[in-house]
Amino acid sequence: MTSRSPLPHLPLSRLTVALLAAGYLLAPWRLSDFWLSVLIYGGIAAIGAVGLNLLTGYTGQVSLGHAAFLGAGAYTAGYVGVDLGWPLPAWLVAAALAGGALGALVGPAALRLRGHYLGIITLGLVLLAQHIFQEWNALTGGATGRPTTLDASIAGVDFNELTVLGQPFTREQSWFWLVWALTGLAALAVANIVRTRPGRAMQAVRDREVAAEMLGVSVTRYKIGAFVVASALAAVAGALQAGFQQYVSPSEWSLLLSIQFLAMIIVGGLGSTTGAVLGALFVGALPHLIDELSAGVPWLAGEQDSLISVFALNQIVFGLLIVLFLTLEPHGLAALWVRLRTHIARTPRWHALTRRRTG
Amino acid sequence: MEQLLQLLVAGLALGARYALVTLGFVVIFRATGVINFAQGSLVLLGAYLTYQFAGPWQWPFLLAAITSVIACGACGPVIERLLLRRMVGRPAFAVIMVTLGLLIVIEQAVPTMWGQDPKNMGDPWGIDTVQAGAVTVAVRDLWTLGLTALAIAGVFGFFRYSRYGLAMRATALDQEAAQAQGISVRRVVALSWTIAGAAAALAGITVASGEAGVSPSISQIALAAFPAAILGGLDSPYGAIAGGLVIGVSQTLTAGYQPDHAAWLGDNFHVIMPYVVMIAILLVRPYGLFGTREVERA
Repeated sequence: MTSRSPLPHLPLSRLTVALLAAGYLLAPWRLSDFWLSVLIYGGIAAIGAVGLNLLTGYTGQVSLGHAAFLGAGAYTAGYVGVDLGWPLPAWLVAAALAGGALGALVGPAALRLRGHYLGIITLGLVLLAQHIFQEWNALTGGATGRPTTLDASIAGVDFNELTVLGQPFTREQSWFWLVWALTGLAALAVANIVRTRPGRAMQAVRDREVAAEMLGVSVTRYKIGAFVVASALAAVAGALQAGFQQYVSPSEWSLLLSIQFLAMIIVGGLGSTTGAVLGALFVGALPHLIDELSAGVPWLAGEQDSLISVFALNQIVFGLLIVLFLTLEPHGLAALWVRLRTHIARTPRWHALTRRRTG
Repeated sequence: MEQLLQLLVAGLALGARYALVTLGFVVIFRATGVINFAQGSLVLLGAYLTYQFAGPWQWPFLLAAITSVIACGACGPVIERLLLRRMVGRPAFAVIMVTLGLLIVIEQAVPTMWGQDPKNMGDPWGIDTVQAGAVTVAVRDLWTLGLTALAIAGVFGFFRYSRYGLAMRATALDQEAAQAQGISVRRVVALSWTIAGAAAALAGITVASGEAGVSPSISQIALAAFPAAILGGLDSPYGAIAGGLVIGVSQTLTAGYQPDHAAWLGDNFHVIMPYVVMIAILLVRPYGLFGTREVERA
């Protein structure tokens, strides 16, 4: 049986929302293009992660197949955006529809299985999809990949060459605004699904399937529903990744990517949308942080006599993160945050401060 | 006809390796209800330890192989004690992720210690072949079949006739009832992980022997062994062997015939063949060919 989510509902206070909005508007002015691209990849990953969190965190169904849906989204976007030459809204919607349709096709068969069996069949899904991506030359360009220089314009605003009032912006600046707007929308949508009737039904399925069924919840319907939404969001993330990278190859959509997405929602805290976004940022930024920090360390980096390669170190840290979070802090960053906040709120000095302010 | 026979022998040898890995999955699953995704890392460790003993340290090959099997057998319960025991009662996917995390760590730590380039394990049979009529058989495959048969007979004999084998079967049937009879479930679990670790090491040695060589990619065998476990049913040791052999043979037959007869399926289709077989089976029989149908309780 699965465990109940321990987190109290975590509403964002007005202050937090204001800070986030300010950060969203100001970050592109303050950060270098390199760190903006790290944040863009983080935002793209966050879209996939909130989707997976709906399926795994809220509905309790594990999927190792997330990478397959990202890949499907990327190639759909490539076809609609490059081969047909349609603009941003078209390829984004096409990717979401393709991902959702694929999820609706695969879901009913896969979700007949539970727990470990579901894990293994979705693992098979990702290997199968990777094979198809490698062999379907006309669509994917085969093993070497294909260009995805998508048209990123919506209603006359081109995010590849954004100019506002004569002021030109770099590609990273404009894509930051584009991606994080979409990330915000996706997070908001999932947070709202969770609070409505279907969302409650999904959580009932997670907590105790038979009991949920007794209460009149159609278990199959909500499992498949969650799977379809998660697949559609994964496809959107894949499409955006293809658009930002301008090139995709089949090796990207590997089992490791699926594991990374699961790691994001574990590190962030299962069953918390804020947590999924935090986890995506953390897991996405980790390799770059290690890269930056390891530059000055002699036994690291690409030297011949180095003790360990940066790639291996990255993977080892990543693997350890999964193991340590699951064994020591199963509720992730979100729980750490809640604990920190309660701790601060309970210290007398802070208490006095807030009392005075509200009083 | 010769080609068919040759592919069948190679397929059975490959299937025997899968069967060893699969047996590990099944033994652990029966005792604890956990699928150990990190099984591939023990396969890797077994092969590299044998290389270390037989190569740089110049031990006799047999001693090297036995020592590495024992070492990996000892690793199993350590992993269980340190990580998996903390996960008792947690959702299935959390347990899967812990073993996956461990797999990632060991898969990177091993090449960090020994390097990326393939190594010769120093096994005595190397690339020799024997002729049986028109069929050429690799000596390595014959050894694989012999050693696997021996190991599997040993494990099954242990289940059937020993006191602890009986305890393990009882625990698999009903953990609480077994405990009430004075069986130490902890010891049964530790024993299961030992068997799984040792079987994985033996699989690693047979995979890496001969022309294949010791390289970081051999842990991939565990990925193809999942379908074998599912095919047989996760809680059936006999199913594990049957599933392993079926997957092995279907894979070599695909590698032999598909490029000529079904080229549209693409290059290297045999690599994903185990999963195609598995999905086909699962659609018809969700608990495998020999597995027990789960009973749902509220």
